[in-house]
Amino acid sequence: MSVIEITNLQKIYNPKKIPVHALNGINLSIEEGEFTAIVGPSGSGKSTLLNMIGGLDEPTEGKVIINGVDISTLSGRQLIDFRLKNIGFVFQNYSLLPVLTARENVEFIMQLQGRKKLEYKQRAEQLLEEVGLAERMDNRPSHLSGGQQQRVAVARALASKPKFILADEPTANLDSHSTNELLEMMLKLNQEENMTFIFSTHDQRVIDKARRVVSIVDGKIEEDIFTSNTVDLKESHEN
Amino acid sequence: MRSMQLGSYSNMIKNSVEAYSGYIQVHDSGYWENKSINRLLEDSDSLRSELTTNQAVKYVIPRLETFALAATENLSKGVAIIGTDPEAENHMTGIADKISAGKYITANSDGVLISEGLSEYLSLGVNDTLVLLGQGYHGTNAVGKFPVTGIIKLVNPQMNNNTVYMPLSLCQYYNGSNNMLTSLAIVLDSYESVAPVTSELKAKLGSEYEVMDWEEMQPELVQLIQSDNAGGIIMLGILYMVIAFGIFGTIMMMTIERIREFGVLISIGMQKVRLSVLIFFETLLIGISGLFISFIAGVPLLYYMHQHPIPLTGDAAKSIEEMGYEPIIPFSLAPEIFFTQGISILLIVLVCLFYPYFRLWYLKPAEALK
Repeated sequence: MSVIEITNLQKIYNPKKIPVHALNGINLSIEEGEFTAIVGPSGSGKSTLLNMIGGLDEPTEGKVIINGVDISTLSGRQLIDFRLKNIGFVFQNYSLLPVLTARENVEFIMQLQGRKKLEYKQRAEQLLEEVGLAERMDNRPSHLSGGQQQRVAVARALASKPKFILADEPTANLDSHSTNELLEMMLKLNQEENMTFIFSTHDQRVIDKARRVVSIVDGKIEEDIFTSNTVDLKESHEN
Repeated sequence: MRSMQLGSYSNMIKNSVEAYSGYIQVHDSGYWENKSINRLLEDSDSLRSELTTNQAVKYVIPRLETFALAATENLSKGVAIIGTDPEAENHMTGIADKISAGKYITANSDGVLISEGLSEYLSLGVNDTLVLLGQGYHGTNAVGKFPVTGIIKLVNPQMNNNTVYMPLSLCQYYNGSNNMLTSLAIVLDSYESVAPVTSELKAKLGSEYEVMDWEEMQPELVQLIQSDNAGGIIMLGILYMVIAFGIFGTIMMMTIERIREFGVLISIGMQKVRLSVLIFFETLLIGISGLFISFIAGVPLLYYMHQHPIPLTGDAAKSIEEMGYEPIIPFSLAPEIFFTQGISILLIVLVCLFYPYFRLWYLKPAEALK
């Protein structure tokens, strides 16, 4: 079943002055449980595409349909609410709230959803344990390494029980050890919980692990390859 | 600054009001327009009791005021005679403390007090005799010889040059106006009681009497305060502009440096309205904390300055004294100062909130996240 259906998606910045065609008619369908890398050189339109899928920016033309809902028909308030319920975000520079602890950062999104205290407390603990941060729950982001912060960000993204997770270059600021740990964790979530991941990346190590690689050049899909990766988590860890 | 300004006004009013006029005066109808010895009111118990029923009234000072020619063997001078109840007068003006020679008069004295300037001009000392020649009640001759019981130094230079105080009964006898008064001066427990007591007395006494508050009796002082206050308000406005820019700068900086954070919050699903409420309370809390800290720091200082006004010396003190005021810079602790400043700052904070709201309302998450 398609989680995301993208039809003839176009984005033109400065359409009246000096138009910049960031996306030129993207057609893409992403199924539930996919582990998809969107790759391409800088300025190719990867981040713009992720922003369109996440409803963070409006397309000039075309449609993004998520779980059967055309998100361009939603009002500002509805769109924010839709993101809260359906999409998990992982940002390049972690973007955790610096005054909150790891636990509170994860709880925060569930508080926005209006969940009960006992429920969000238990789930935050469970998620942080899953991402390997059981011992660091009460640390503020400034007391966590980059890799640990990104794992908190993944736990936060998962906390709202989204349909899929969008990650914009999640390993860009991480060293190779942290990159491996994060990838291992994302793959585990993908395989064990069938969580759909869509991420943009430059990192060849990440691309190598992806089961689908969508290459974008000049705002167009140049290649869309389904790899034969069935990642062995143990092997991944050893690598 | 405002405390000093309002403190000065209070002091000016206190000096003027408590030095002579009282907060309210009751006269015979039309006396103030035409200050004639023939427009007198009767000093009756019923009138006195009407005046003292209000709890805010502290003292009532009966006075009979007139003019005369004061003479000695070789010199004469026009003087103002104030016949008064010495005890009540002293309660209001503390006149007994201003005696520079001799002693204060009593209700039954047959002597008078003369002001220092008059004493110097007429070369009169204690126990010398002062001759007064004037017109009494309804055309009678008012002539008398009075021993000088004491000499007083009055703050007001004009009064210091031409004033004679005498006991009320003696003054009434001198004028041939037994049991008659020109005015009943009223001292109240506070400045705030002036308006209600004036209204009450006007209603109770009717048109037979003239009830005037200090503002009606001293319009020049009111004008002086109003014009000075206008300058103070302009200064205050300039200060508020500076403060407003400071607050706006802080709020603008707080907003700009957190635009990315706002972008993250909206991206992950926080409604703008909810974030606006958060920003509102955060800014309000900062504003209230700032006010609280400034009050904590400012109130003891102002209290100290209120208790220990800055004394003026030299020529500055002399010129202030010549105007009839104490040579000090007093500070006010009036609640309105704190209330007005607090409300003004909170209003500035609330107006400055438009900036983060404007930025938040038009915030595009994709741009904020760049």
